[in-house]
Amino acid sequence: MSPNLRIALRFLTAKKRAMLMSLSCTVLGVGLFVLTQATTSGFEEFFIKTILGTDGAMRIEDKIQDTLRQMTAGGGSDFQISQKEGLKYIEGVEEPKLIINALKDFSNVSAAAPVLRGSILVRADFKNESAQVFGISLEEHLKVSDLGRQIVQGDIATFREQPTGALIGRVLADRLQLTVGNSFILEALGQRSRYTVSAIYETGVADIDKMRVYVHLTEARSLLKKPSGVTFVQVNLFDKDRAPQNSIQIQEVLKHSAKPWQEREKSWLSTFRALRISSAITVSVFTLIAGLAMFNTLAMIVLEKTKDIAILRSMGYERRDITQIFLWQAGIVLAIGAFLGCVVGALSTLGVSYMPLPISGIFKTETFVVSWNIWHYVEAIATAALMVMIASLIPARRAARLEPGDIVRGTAQ
Amino acid sequence: MADSEKFALRCDNLHRYLGTGDARVHVLKGVSFEARRGQVYAIVGPSGCGKSTLLYLLGLLDQPDGGEIEINGHKMSNTDDLARTAARGEHIGFVFQFHFLMLEFTALENVMMPMRKLGRLTLPEMTDRAHSLLASVGLGEKTHRLGTQLSGGEQQRVAVARALANQPSIILADEPTGNLDVKNSALVFDLLTRLAKENGQAVVLVTHNPEIAQRCDLTRPMRDGLFV
Repeated sequence: MSPNLRIALRFLTAKKRAMLMSLSCTVLGVGLFVLTQATTSGFEEFFIKTILGTDGAMRIEDKIQDTLRQMTAGGGSDFQISQKEGLKYIEGVEEPKLIINALKDFSNVSAAAPVLRGSILVRADFKNESAQVFGISLEEHLKVSDLGRQIVQGDIATFREQPTGALIGRVLADRLQLTVGNSFILEALGQRSRYTVSAIYETGVADIDKMRVYVHLTEARSLLKKPSGVTFVQVNLFDKDRAPQNSIQIQEVLKHSAKPWQEREKSWLSTFRALRISSAITVSVFTLIAGLAMFNTLAMIVLEKTKDIAILRSMGYERRDITQIFLWQAGIVLAIGAFLGCVVGALSTLGVSYMPLPISGIFKTETFVVSWNIWHYVEAIATAALMVMIASLIPARRAARLEPGDIVRGTAQ
Repeated sequence: MADSEKFALRCDNLHRYLGTGDARVHVLKGVSFEARRGQVYAIVGPSGCGKSTLLYLLGLLDQPDGGEIEINGHKMSNTDDLARTAARGEHIGFVFQFHFLMLEFTALENVMMPMRKLGRLTLPEMTDRAHSLLASVGLGEKTHRLGTQLSGGEQQRVAVARALANQPSIILADEPTGNLDVKNSALVFDLLTRLAKENGQAVVLVTHNPEIAQRCDLTRPMRDGLFV
């Protein structure tokens, strides 16, 4: 053990109460930082998982066409020039099969499925509701969504076998008092068709669960009178985080607008991000207090140990040794505080994950959702280290600046 | 024998001012002094005459406003803090009036502290030397006592052992017996001089005690910042 570390340890144990105060502030700061990041990130990740499971990582929709402006020379001349004027979006995907085949060439694309969407009126025995029908190709759609896992009543196999079967959202089903096996009518463009509830799904996203009715693509074509083309192609990716880059490439190659989930859910993601940053800032106050407590403790030790500093300097200890002795003290408290803080953070995160908290609306959960991410611990330790070490540097440098002659003479300021 | 070998410590025309503005005082007014190896010097004089200020300058704990200091033939007056700190660790041992032990450490650890910094010896060698020094000051049985568990006389004896730890060529003592009773004063002074003479070290001590001063090889009285 280095002489400086040995001295630092002994100085630390001599001021137990003050050091315990600094230590508890550090533990509290790190622990709370971990806990708040785990809960806010947990809800954010759960929201992303929910939204990716329903609407996929990317949507390929409207066709993009360059528009040209033509100018003709005057005086009866035939001379004309054409200039690119802007972009024109043609609604929907006219050739979904071609698009899906082309998507297979993109290495990050894991699956793609066509979806035909349209507004409808759902007529049940007691009530009518406006909704949207989603015509899907089931096997392909299951590869780009979690629809199979979102079934809460009935069975997806029943839907697979029933040509006029439908999957209906839980909120809509409750409103219309429909259960599995009941029949209802979908009305669109003046045309009515009867369907049977094959299963009821629940995503947890209220806007989806009260609005969407899934039917087979062929049925949707007939209902919406759209024999070809689809509204969009839903795409699943191996690496969801690369969706923005992939969407730019896909849009360039396929000449269809490609919207990544980050852009689609921008407002919610910004809200979660703001919440996470805001809670991190709030909790950083605790680490700031830890830094101030450390500053206070070290400043007190410097005052009390001026004679020891003079002794050390008279024995050949350099200014940097004195700085190191005080920084070691801060470092030891920080290391112990960070370790205990992480343990406290992990245990409280675990405890909170069992706390009942029924939420539905943007996702559905019965308990607190937490995220176990090593980076929360790294960020918590880094924040505490920054605060504590900056706070320690001032008294440590002050101690190093003390002149041994002044101290011995009793004139040290 | 060359001068640098004979004299462990020399200073020439040392000036030192203390305080600022109207309170600025010319404490040392051109003091010259030299100390040979194996000799014990006493600097005596009334309070405020500049004895301790001179001692701190000689011990490189303070910087002179004028004049030169040589430690073992090396000019130290214009060197930087790092060189002066290194010279203190290697060539100078201090004994202060108020013991100045580090109270959270045992007697053994206090004596080992300068050796650990110098790093010349291995840990077992340091431990052996510290034990031997503490035995020679009569504290062989109390090596593991904390500073707070030792009496004033014992603390000062540990301070003597600590000053000798790195075998420095110069021992500087500022009223080493000033805080002790007669019996302990004699004990500490005898120890200091005996061990220093055995090792050929120059001892410079500042004292108010005429009996102690009389027993030194040379006494230099000071008044108003000058030797008289």
